[in-house]
Amino acid sequence: MSQPVLEVKQLRKSYGSEVVLEDISFTVPVHTATVFIGSSGSGKSTLLRCINLLDQIDDGSIVLDGEDITAVGADVDKVRRKLGIVFQSFNLFPHMKVIDNITLAPMKVQGISRELARENAYKLLDRFGLHDKAENYPDRLSGGQQQRVAIIRSIAVAPRLLLLDEITSALDPVLVNEVLSTVRDLKIEGMTMVLATHEMGFAKQVADEVCFLHHGKILEWGTPSQILEAPKQPETKEFLKRVHEAGRL
Amino acid sequence: MGRPSESDSGAAPYNFGGDWVPSQLEIARRAARKTRNFRNSIIAVASSIVVIGGLALIAVTSPGWKSLSDTFFAWAYGVEVLPKIILGFGTNITLTLIASTCVAILGLSIALIRTSRSPALAPFRILATLYVDVFRGIPMLLVILLVGFGIPALRIQGLTNNVLILGTIAVIITYTAYVAEVIRSGILTIHPSQRAAARSLGLSHFQSLRYVVLPQAFRRVTPPLLNDLVALIKDTGLVSILGVTDAVRAAQIASSRSFNYTPYVMAAIIFLLVTIPLTRFTDRTLRRSIERQNATGVA
Repeated sequence: MSQPVLEVKQLRKSYGSEVVLEDISFTVPVHTATVFIGSSGSGKSTLLRCINLLDQIDDGSIVLDGEDITAVGADVDKVRRKLGIVFQSFNLFPHMKVIDNITLAPMKVQGISRELARENAYKLLDRFGLHDKAENYPDRLSGGQQQRVAIIRSIAVAPRLLLLDEITSALDPVLVNEVLSTVRDLKIEGMTMVLATHEMGFAKQVADEVCFLHHGKILEWGTPSQILEAPKQPETKEFLKRVHEAGRL
Repeated sequence: MGRPSESDSGAAPYNFGGDWVPSQLEIARRAARKTRNFRNSIIAVASSIVVIGGLALIAVTSPGWKSLSDTFFAWAYGVEVLPKIILGFGTNITLTLIASTCVAILGLSIALIRTSRSPALAPFRILATLYVDVFRGIPMLLVILLVGFGIPALRIQGLTNNVLILGTIAVIITYTAYVAEVIRSGILTIHPSQRAAARSLGLSHFQSLRYVVLPQAFRRVTPPLLNDLVALIKDTGLVSILGVTDAVRAAQIASSRSFNYTPYVMAAIIFLLVTIPLTRFTDRTLRRSIERQNATGVA
């Protein structure tokens, strides 16, 4: 078996005296998607921020491509180049046109020429049906389009692993679909991903493994059908029942 | 795998049946609006005439008006000394240009130091905070006097006694403190998620500042910075206290020769000729920036 892209071992994270994540261990093999589900405050977003080193962990380790990125003296900027993250609130740069949002990191971080970076960015925009938005500022785009631009921005640096943090939570139901289909396309193309989501139907389609996070611990994990259709833990059953009642299954 | 098509642009999908003709109700509304607007402008003109005319009448009919207009509005004498005042005003402009350049560079540096978190910069952070606290709290006139008369009194070899240079330094010291605070507040208004997005793309701390945080911060603080520039132009007049022959000093010399105050009025008019257009420009910039921020309300 080849080396996994991501390996998280006994990760622990707390804010002050409040423990947010405890004993989190999982591996993400190449070309697979691991989906984290759980109610708000269960620690999904914190976990993704920890993997991207935006938050400091208290204990454990995170291994990316066989390299411990939480080791003493690890180069944070270099690690982040291998990771893409998409946020719930898009976080596009409002003072830059769509095309400049996408080419900033390739040009400044990877040192690619402006011409080549723009060419690559246009290819990506073409592929996701956003070619005609390239010269617009982000505030002229719909929420779904903004989030797709944010996805393109994070894959423009060809990351080894893409982290998606509740990327559809700020969108209305109509716009959710266009964003999710973009993610499905990426999955088909073989992008390795870790997602946190409330969209159970989407989780079923895209996930290779589903982990149920409850009060900062992985309570149950398995294939999408195991977790979403035949959960064993009472907490998982209760969570899925509530999601179902809210009409999201 | 199908992707949803773009459906937010293009021609209107509906046809409401021919060209639009305003209804009778709309025509009546427009007529009413027109009448109301006309009445409002009549009231505005009338009240302006009454208030401003009344004030002018009180001034002109007051017992001292004759002597006041002789001493302040002797236009013939004013025109005679005008070249000297304009020459002096050149000093104010030069001083403004030099000072604003230095203030921009120093103010930005201090703002960056104060917002940095690097442990290596800790002593500079303390010094920068102290500097801003002190020089924002002292009247600029005192700073000018302390620098202008204090530094020559030290009698250190190689230090200048040139009052123009010392006055400029005093202005720079004071305004750097103001401007640093304006820029710092601008940096602090940029949401941390912007920096997080930049860092997550692999940009370094410095690159995040350079390409993401500062461009947005400067856009927000442009109006208050222009406001400070207007204040700086007129405050350059204060260096006249050191004996620098600027517009204020030139007016002072002219008026003390003739015991007539018209030169002061002339100097005031020259300052206004520069500051009023700049203030209008600032207002317009501010209004635009508010409009732009209101336009970016997309969720």
